[in-house]
Amino acid sequence: MKPMILRGRIWLITDENGNRFDDIDTDMIFHNKWLYITDISEMGKYAFGNTSGWEDFPEKAKEGDILVVGRNFGAGSSRQQAVDCFRALGIRAIIGESFGAIYKRNVINSGMPLIEAPGIFESGLKSGDVIEVNLETGEIKGNGQVIFRAKPMSKVQMDIYQAGDLFEYGRTAEGKR
Amino acid sequence: MSTIVERIFAEHSKGRVEPGEIIWLDLDVRTARDFGGPNVVKHLKEHYEGDYLENPEKTYFTFDLSVPAKTIKYAINQQICRRFAKETGMKVFDVDAGIGTHVLLEKGIVRPGSTAVGTDSHYNILGAIGAFGQGMGDKDIAFAFKTGRTWFEVPETMKINVEGDYKWPATARDLTFAVMGELGSSGMLGKAAEYYGDAIDRLSLDGRVTLASQTTEMGGIIAFIPPNKEVLSFVEERTGEPVKGVYADKDAQYSEEIDIDVNGLEPLMGTPPKPTNVKPVSELEGMEIDSVFIGSCTNGRYEDMLAAAKVLKGNRVKEGVNLRITPATKEVWLRVIKEGLVDTFIDAGAVVLTNPGCGGCAEGMPGLVGENEVELSTTNRNYPGKQGPGKIYLVSPAVGAASAIKGYLTTPEEVVK
Ligand code: SF4
Repeated sequence: MKPMILRGRIWLITDENGNRFDDIDTDMIFHNKWLYITDISEMGKYAFGNTSGWEDFPEKAKEGDILVVGRNFGAGSSRQQAVDCFRALGIRAIIGESFGAIYKRNVINSGMPLIEAPGIFESGLKSGDVIEVNLETGEIKGNGQVIFRAKPMSKVQMDIYQAGDLFEYGRTAEGKR
Repeated sequence: MSTIVERIFAEHSKGRVEPGEIIWLDLDVRTARDFGGPNVVKHLKEHYEGDYLENPEKTYFTFDLSVPAKTIKYAINQQICRRFAKETGMKVFDVDAGIGTHVLLEKGIVRPGSTAVGTDSHYNILGAIGAFGQGMGDKDIAFAFKTGRTWFEVPETMKINVEGDYKWPATARDLTFAVMGELGSSGMLGKAAEYYGDAIDRLSLDGRVTLASQTTEMGGIIAFIPPNKEVLSFVEERTGEPVKGVYADKDAQYSEEIDIDVNGLEPLMGTPPKPTNVKPVSELEGMEIDSVFIGSCTNGRYEDMLAAAKVLKGNRVKEGVNLRITPATKEVWLRVIKEGLVDTFIDAGAVVLTNPGCGGCAEGMPGLVGENEVELSTTNRNYPGKQGPGKIYLVSPAVGAASAIKGYLTTPEEVVK
């Protein structure tokens, strides 16, 4: 069983003015000039390589960190690398105001917890805070207090997360049916 | 209470079907093209040991991008798919068949209410007969091949009413431009849509295909055109079985409602760099052009061929302009030959009538656009670089044919009185 409650330090992805950074597309997350890279362990160092103010993210991020992102995160192309580069850095989960439709599929299919939290940027969180996310209830706690209620993960998402990824899920009894 | 997408999903899943819920969706049909197909095979082989297909009878390869293979890479990729098909018993619509989604319609493989997925971002074209079609990446499609299902978030549905009367030379393509101009590139973002209104009811099946083929360019998941009698009898003839449409309940919940008036519609066009950058043809009339392409999943059907032939008959393409025509499928191609349209095309000086498929729409086939070339095209996208370094203006087949004759952008009345 994978953990249902995740604890980690957050990165609140803001723009130069400290505001919510919306519409970060897959080319900003993982630029197309690196698309030839297929080995996931190579991808981490290019994460956010084209997102202004966040180019040094790969050096700052630590295993187990959690991303908190703005609206329409991951808009654009269907490249899986835009998800895998964060997995390569050990990012544990992505919490976002909203996501591009294909990006969302790719995160979920890769077995990474994705939490939809419209309004999370108004909750007072800042980069460096340590939070606890309950994947089943959507509750987000800081200092033991509930500071935000996000959408709980759906059953489907949970099943894929528990199995490891979409392909692993396909091996399970329920996946095969 | 339910919209069309909600009704189709309810019939193909166990979960609660409400916008925002994620459900497991049973798939009636799953396909991969020569683009994407080889990766689907690779994922299946990498992740599973045999038993690759939940049901080979419901699983197809459809080759349409590079047909027959233009480069060695395409040839190798198609061969990977053919081998895999032989091994697993799934079917291949090979390089002679035409555009995959159109083949599914013609062969009666999908019907109103079907669920289908494939590696083609215009798979939602199946909304033309009221089926649910969705394009996906190669990992998603590999999983669909293996399990016969996919997870999906139930989208909200918007209602689009299109009313009004128009006559030739305005066509279904111009109605489609009118809708795109109104909604813009994100007007349907993440949503399902349903089309209603007298202008929609009057659309032929081919016209419905044109309208449905531009859903993706407005950001839509799927746009349904509720089937009328003509569409139902087409599907019945193709499936050899009685067929019912899936319609929305009277009290279905829509996220919004949009009214579009197409009364007295005139020929429109999609100007670079976005297909939703819609302008009247009359505004740019006289613009010199170098080439014209008629075909693609948007305007490669028989009705489109006929519209072009009507304009070309007895006329000649202007010297220096090259007009290329590619029917969408083998069925359309044969009809074009049998009914003499091909003679009209050749007599008029149309440069090529290429093998059925995507034609110059994608990089896989002959018919690309060179530096500084101005092309009028009946395809669905004019993003920079998609068909080469030239500039692409999207138009209807009738406008394309008339302009090819004149050598500059014009409307068909200038050629056919
Ligand atoms: S005709 Fe063009 S848009 Fe349509 S399926 Fe082929 S490549 Fe895609």
